[in-house]
Amino acid sequence: MSLLEIKNLHAKVGNHEILKGINLTLNAGEVHSIMGPNGSGKSTLAQVLARRETYEVTEGEILYNGEDLLAMKPEEAACEGVFLAFQYPVEIPGITNAYFLRSALNAMRKYRGEDEVDAMDFLPLMREKLKLLDMDERLMNRSVNESFSGGEKKRNEILQMSVLEPKLAILDETDSGLDIDALRIVAQGVNAMRSPDRAILVVTHYQRLLDYIVPDRVHVLVNGVVVRSGGPELALELEDKGYTTMETATSA
Amino acid sequence: MELATQALNHYLDAFNTFEKSAGGPDWLRELRHAGFARFCETGFPTPHQEDWRFTNVSAIADTSFHLPAKNAALPSHKDLEPYRLPGAACQLVFVNGRFAPSLSLPGKLPEGVKATSLAAQIAENPQEIRGHLGRYLDIQRDPFCALNAAFLEDGAYVHVRRRTVAPEPIYLLFVSTGGSAPAMNHPRNLIVAEESSEVTVIENYVSLGSGVALSNTATELFAGDQAVVSHYMLESEDRHAFNISTLRIQQGRGANTASHSVLLGGALVRNNVHPVLAGEGGECLINGLYIGSGRQHLDNYMLVEHAAPRCASRQFYNGILDDSAHGVFHGRIVVHKDAQKTDAKQTNRNLLLSDNAQVDTKPQLEIYADDVKCTHGATIGQIEETALFYLRSRGIDEISARSMLLGAFAGECLDRMKEGPAKTLVETLIRGALVEVAHPAKVRARQTAS
Repeated sequence: MSLLEIKNLHAKVGNHEILKGINLTLNAGEVHSIMGPNGSGKSTLAQVLARRETYEVTEGEILYNGEDLLAMKPEEAACEGVFLAFQYPVEIPGITNAYFLRSALNAMRKYRGEDEVDAMDFLPLMREKLKLLDMDERLMNRSVNESFSGGEKKRNEILQMSVLEPKLAILDETDSGLDIDALRIVAQGVNAMRSPDRAILVVTHYQRLLDYIVPDRVHVLVNGVVVRSGGPELALELEDKGYTTMETATSA
Repeated sequence: MELATQALNHYLDAFNTFEKSAGGPDWLRELRHAGFARFCETGFPTPHQEDWRFTNVSAIADTSFHLPAKNAALPSHKDLEPYRLPGAACQLVFVNGRFAPSLSLPGKLPEGVKATSLAAQIAENPQEIRGHLGRYLDIQRDPFCALNAAFLEDGAYVHVRRRTVAPEPIYLLFVSTGGSAPAMNHPRNLIVAEESSEVTVIENYVSLGSGVALSNTATELFAGDQAVVSHYMLESEDRHAFNISTLRIQQGRGANTASHSVLLGGALVRNNVHPVLAGEGGECLINGLYIGSGRQHLDNYMLVEHAAPRCASRQFYNGILDDSAHGVFHGRIVVHKDAQKTDAKQTNRNLLLSDNAQVDTKPQLEIYADDVKCTHGATIGQIEETALFYLRSRGIDEISARSMLLGAFAGECLDRMKEGPAKTLVETLIRGALVEVAHPAKVRARQTAS
């Protein structure tokens, strides 16, 4: 059984249809990339997978571990192992990063029937992951993402991912706005998460990130549908020729 | 008009009866007479008056409140257990505005600190309070203050001698017991902190039993030169209660005062905070939080007067309003002619949790000096959907996520309180109030309604 099966997925916001019949299968242990120009529906797909209610699914289905993902609330999907690294991580004044992350971990542990982790036990776990991402421990005592730099925000997403250990990780344009050093660190954090029982979906506009996180499959999304799928070489072809040829391919 | 006359007649009868039995020296009788005369001139305020634009008190004006009987039964010690404050230096209990010595815990106050009932002080040594009592409260401006003066008899009297520090807070618990007929009480508190002294006073208003009740309370707080005084006003009465309160602060040179108001209970609540920074270099923090649901009306009226140079005032009020609750923030800052180098800041932030919740926020600056810094800002918003989704996408359920976000918003008010028993009490009260507004049933009802 595949970890994720998306069948003929249609979704809209208001009266605006964004996803127009997406088919995609992702197995545990694989890394896939979804590439596409602005407005192609990449972020919408990522948010639908994380169960954001702003998007209305009008047709199709998503099976996650054989279960109906669309019947799950965001918190249920998260507890079942779906993780979205946000394109724009949200600032939450008044809640410290450490408290937030521990609350998230404990919500998931509670869901699985495990004991909650107290602040003392959480500290060493957090420190280990911070080190991996070259993050300053002081960020943990600040409000979630508040006045973090762009790079700090993205690293914070990967930090959450490495603490929460999802089965399906979706990275939504995690590369945007990162300088090359930050990009390497983030990629390193993601690569450390690659494992036979985990799947990763890398959503990106540019090929650059895929130099560091090499995908097993690349899917090109244009105007709400997957127009081409292929191996990592497809990303290079896109880099070379751009999206224009693919766009004309769909309209034909 | 006829109705208004009837209402005043009712108060005239009450005043005549009250006056015969109330004791005290002539100057005190004069204070009461002046208060009642002023109230007769004005009657209850109406929304046509600017200061009362957003708060209609006709429900109070139309109710025939009576003064509680002197020999009414007292609640038991057990009844009061949930409202005790561990860590307080002493706990004075007032039942329907009257001091209840048998329920109070005198505790152990440091040398130079006195906490007693105003009635006892009047009986024993009225001369000691003559210089302060009734001197600061403005009965001309506010009919409720005039009414409070008319029925001035009991309340708390706290006195802290020069250079004396009271490390633990003094806790004043005001209990309304309700009853079959609507009851009113008019407690007057007087807090005198002499030069370089330090004290914290907590007023907590609660209900035992149900029934319509009006607490019309006034506190005069005198902070002498260099004195450091914190005051807490906690409104936790039930949803039948009317609560009108005024805190009038008079502060001297280099004095540092803090007023913390937390309005959670009551049906119709009006909290007036009126500090006058009368000595050079004084500082005043006016910190507040109001959390309303159902049909609660919570009005915060601030009048901050800068009357001396180089004083700083900081107002921070946060409001959370659910269901059909109505919040009001009226922040008036007056900078007098000689108050150069004034630094006044005002911030009011609101979260509306339902379509029917409402808030009116009104800053008002009157500046007669030319070298001042005054800023104000107000925001009204909802719980951010993106923040809620972010928390939920990390496995935190919707109710917990809402509680976390509301807790963070309310927590800004807690962050401005010093560690200690008062803050701990407020934390507990806020947590209880937030459970109410983040409750699953309400969320579900809201979802089906929309």
